[in-house]
Amino acid sequence: MSIATVPASGVSAWDRVRSYSPPSRYLPVLATFALFIGMFGIGGLRYEGFADPQVFLSLLLDNAFLIVLAVGMTFVILTGGIDLSVGSVVALSTMIAAKTLEMGWSPYLVMLAVLVVGTVLGTLMGLLIHYFDIQPFIATLAGMFLARGLCYLISVEAIAITDDTFSEVAFSTITLPGGYYTTWTVVVALASVAVAAYVLARTRFGRTVYAIGGNEGSALLMGLRVARTKVAVYAISGFCAALGGLLFSLYTLSGYSLNAVGMELDAIAAVVIGGTLLTGGRGYVVGSLLGVLVLGTIQTFISFDGTLSSWWTKITIGALVLVFVVIQRLMTRRQA
Amino acid sequence: MRKVLGHQLLWPVLALLVLLVVNVVANPSFFDIRMQDGHLFGSLVDIARNSAPVLLVALGMTLVIATRGIDLSVGAIAAIAGAVACVHIVGSPNPGSLGTVIVGCSMALGVCVLLGLWNGFLVAVVGIQPIIATLVLMVAGRGLAMLITDGQITTVNNDYFSNLASGFFLTLPIAILVALTVFLLTALVTRRTALGMLIEAVGINPEASRLAGVRSRTIIWTVYVFAALCAGLAGLIIAANTNSVNANSLGLWIELDAILAVVIGGTSLAGGRFSLTGTLIGALFITTLERTIPNIGIPAEANYLFKALVVIAVCLIQSPKARAALRVRRTPAPVLAKAGQA
Repeated sequence: MSIATVPASGVSAWDRVRSYSPPSRYLPVLATFALFIGMFGIGGLRYEGFADPQVFLSLLLDNAFLIVLAVGMTFVILTGGIDLSVGSVVALSTMIAAKTLEMGWSPYLVMLAVLVVGTVLGTLMGLLIHYFDIQPFIATLAGMFLARGLCYLISVEAIAITDDTFSEVAFSTITLPGGYYTTWTVVVALASVAVAAYVLARTRFGRTVYAIGGNEGSALLMGLRVARTKVAVYAISGFCAALGGLLFSLYTLSGYSLNAVGMELDAIAAVVIGGTLLTGGRGYVVGSLLGVLVLGTIQTFISFDGTLSSWWTKITIGALVLVFVVIQRLMTRRQA
Repeated sequence: MRKVLGHQLLWPVLALLVLLVVNVVANPSFFDIRMQDGHLFGSLVDIARNSAPVLLVALGMTLVIATRGIDLSVGAIAAIAGAVACVHIVGSPNPGSLGTVIVGCSMALGVCVLLGLWNGFLVAVVGIQPIIATLVLMVAGRGLAMLITDGQITTVNNDYFSNLASGFFLTLPIAILVALTVFLLTALVTRRTALGMLIEAVGINPEASRLAGVRSRTIIWTVYVFAALCAGLAGLIIAANTNSVNANSLGLWIELDAILAVVIGGTSLAGGRFSLTGTLIGALFITTLERTIPNIGIPAEANYLFKALVVIAVCLIQSPKARAALRVRRTPAPVLAKAGQA
């Protein structure tokens, strides 16, 4: 039932509120939001100190890199593709950052180099996918192996980051009113969400992404720039993975080849839980942010509880993905 | 001559031969095989033995891919199988006996059948894309394996169990004999009965084959159960190789190696045709590659880099667009790309 069908006169404000139902395209995101609030509420009731705003801020802090990854992954999944390489690109970024800093490069040059490498890798995968018709799954699988192999070529051992600028950024905090604090990594992550949301909703490029996910053939016939957009989403995902890698290296202050194993699964899970349709064409970046927060809350739950073991995180994530995928399937089946 | 040049296995076999030649150049004693302690001993025997897990997983994967599916959960299933068997053997009253091993392995394979049924249910009945349906178990499976082992690295002391990986029968490693047996059985069942053709029919067009009277649902279910069984067997061999199970690392990325083996062997990821012999060669190729990297003086861990290059090369060779671009020196006429399927 929509508001438009209700006559405007003689209807009290309460009726309007009661009969209001949000547009169905927002439902998945709202469901994720409700899930997040619900989980946080239960946590607040069960454990002392869980409902503290600082816990929420730590949630953002601990998952800043994952938020950035999920943003990039959202673009790719919206076109109906998938990017398995992001975890390895994160590891490669931490390795490049640690190694070049060790060699005495300027920290700004290091950041630039990492972002360029990530973007180039993403672009190459995009070119393979679009121009040679290689399935996104297999092309990004090659990217995953490539990045992981490059890590080991740089160094098999972990390298510590001792650079002053990096440590300064990593340890400096922003004090918020009320005595709470956060870090610059969180600001970067939230900024990337904001930029991505704007691009997807308000730019020609963003609308083309949705159009390709809806039906690539139609998008092509409409004269949209399918080739450029398809390559660009993988470049964006590569860029986001590199940015996530930088945040990760700030978080751990080291580079290691075995960093971020399986993180691509977390990013995909976050996007799915955030309500983005895996066949593409429908979903929001804000949903992915909420998805990451849900994953983070599960972890916080387990660390607050103390009696639950860490593996319950994986089992719960798997179960949540299953629930959301099945719901998606039922929703699309009804429309078909 | 033309028949040889056009054969689909030509390129995989050539690639394998090239790798072997590289090895011999780097290390002239590479081909040496000698008898020691009553069994064969040498690099080639090692390669055969080490290729058993990948070959097993890849066999299951071949049939899944032939139905236009994919199974990402095999690594997690291997970990679960290893965990079930090891935990049973450690917890049983006499952990050294053959009976315990048989019961433990049977339990593990039984669990694998259940997991395969679960994957098949999601794909065939609920109708979720295979990559996503198996992703669920890929994520949750490692958690389940850790739940079984209680997060510990469980160590087993049982000679019968470790024989599964490092034992020899008639001078040959038992692991590769197990894998080859599964290979021959699969080849027999798919190529001497109609099953292989039905699998290919489902891969080409599930709806059309259903209308033609093929029970596509049952076929899809069967291949996922088979893939899970193969993965479980591989998990047992890997666990037996180290006499322990680490739920976090057992079978990590084996699904990717298996997919790679299948792709190298010439099975199309778009489904509809498969080559078991190709998969066998693909699995041998990957194991040889892993052996070659340290042999020519590059850190062993960098083998991922070379695997990536191989995947890209194979995909480009198989890609019709790349072929057309090579054959005709003008840009091919614009083709309406199919809607992307992840």
